[in-house]
Amino acid sequence: MNEILRQPWPWYVAGPLIGLMVPLLLMLGGKPFGISSNLRHMCAATVPCGLPFFTYDWKRQGGWNLLFALGIVLGGFVAARWMLPDGYATAIAAATQNDLHALGLGDLSGLVPAELFGWPALTTTRGWVTLALGGFLVGFGSRWAGGCTSGHAISGLAALQLPSLIAVIGFFAGGLLMTHFLLPLVF
Amino acid sequence: MLGPHSAVVDPETPIASASTAGTRDVGGAYFVLAGTLLGILFVKAEVLTWYRIQEMFRFQSFHMYGVIAGALATAMAGLQLIRRFQLRSWNGQTIVVPAKLHTPLGIRYWAGGAIFGLGWGLLGACPGPMFALLGAGVTAITVAILGAMAGTWVYALLQPRLPH
Repeated sequence: MNEILRQPWPWYVAGPLIGLMVPLLLMLGGKPFGISSNLRHMCAATVPCGLPFFTYDWKRQGGWNLLFALGIVLGGFVAARWMLPDGYATAIAAATQNDLHALGLGDLSGLVPAELFGWPALTTTRGWVTLALGGFLVGFGSRWAGGCTSGHAISGLAALQLPSLIAVIGFFAGGLLMTHFLLPLVF
Repeated sequence: MLGPHSAVVDPETPIASASTAGTRDVGGAYFVLAGTLLGILFVKAEVLTWYRIQEMFRFQSFHMYGVIAGALATAMAGLQLIRRFQLRSWNGQTIVVPAKLHTPLGIRYWAGGAIFGLGWGLLGACPGPMFALLGAGVTAITVAILGAMAGTWVYALLQPRLPH
């Protein structure tokens, strides 16, 4: 396939297309664009343990969303396999590369650093912290806040919801704190 | 609508949509297809890469801000069109744009948002990109997905005691 077609897309192409998911899902069946609710449906399906938060008909209420998540997995597969150049590395700013090298990461190729996201990383503390603790905080935080980046930063802000603006300010406050103060301690 | 004295703190319980009994829902394959498009977009926009999230939180590139702003622009335009022309969904339903529940101090949004942000800064992936990374062959992301399920479960356990 043509190498040009395999290049990543600039923000002004990809961003607007992502936003179209909001009206698309509403038109398909009045569904609100949001992804983190799937974590709730997955818990309700596997480990409800009698908790009231998981006592609902997850198939009926969450079935469409789980299928949507399945599609995201498929899309990730298709695009990573056929729609990226060989030897792909994210074209991040030189300043970011320097900062990440300073944090002790050598290999900055691929979609994610292998030193954090490869299975061998699970023999290291920083690998566990990144994957397990990072995942835990994302899961806990998105449920407490009632949404994640898709539900608050895109759907919620687009619908001019004040709670979503507060949540997005929180997302950035937490992310900045982690990036600038906590990450150097973990790594 | 919930009254101010309602004990219900979970705006998601009517997760639902405007769909009511007796109407045919669109086939599930459409949602798989929509998800597939989004998964491809997550890869092509590079929003699923840990590197871009680091770059964003270090203010070293406009890329992620542009993606979010671009997405907001078309999402808002789409919502305006739906409202202006009172468009109906595929199966003829009136479309209700779901509102987030306001809480008096918004504690859940401040605190939950900040905890989510701590995780986002560390993992570099929010829930959508987690699923896309799994498909892209980063199989160890399974640990993060299980971690996120654990976080969801602990929230469910603590929900009655957490301020909202």
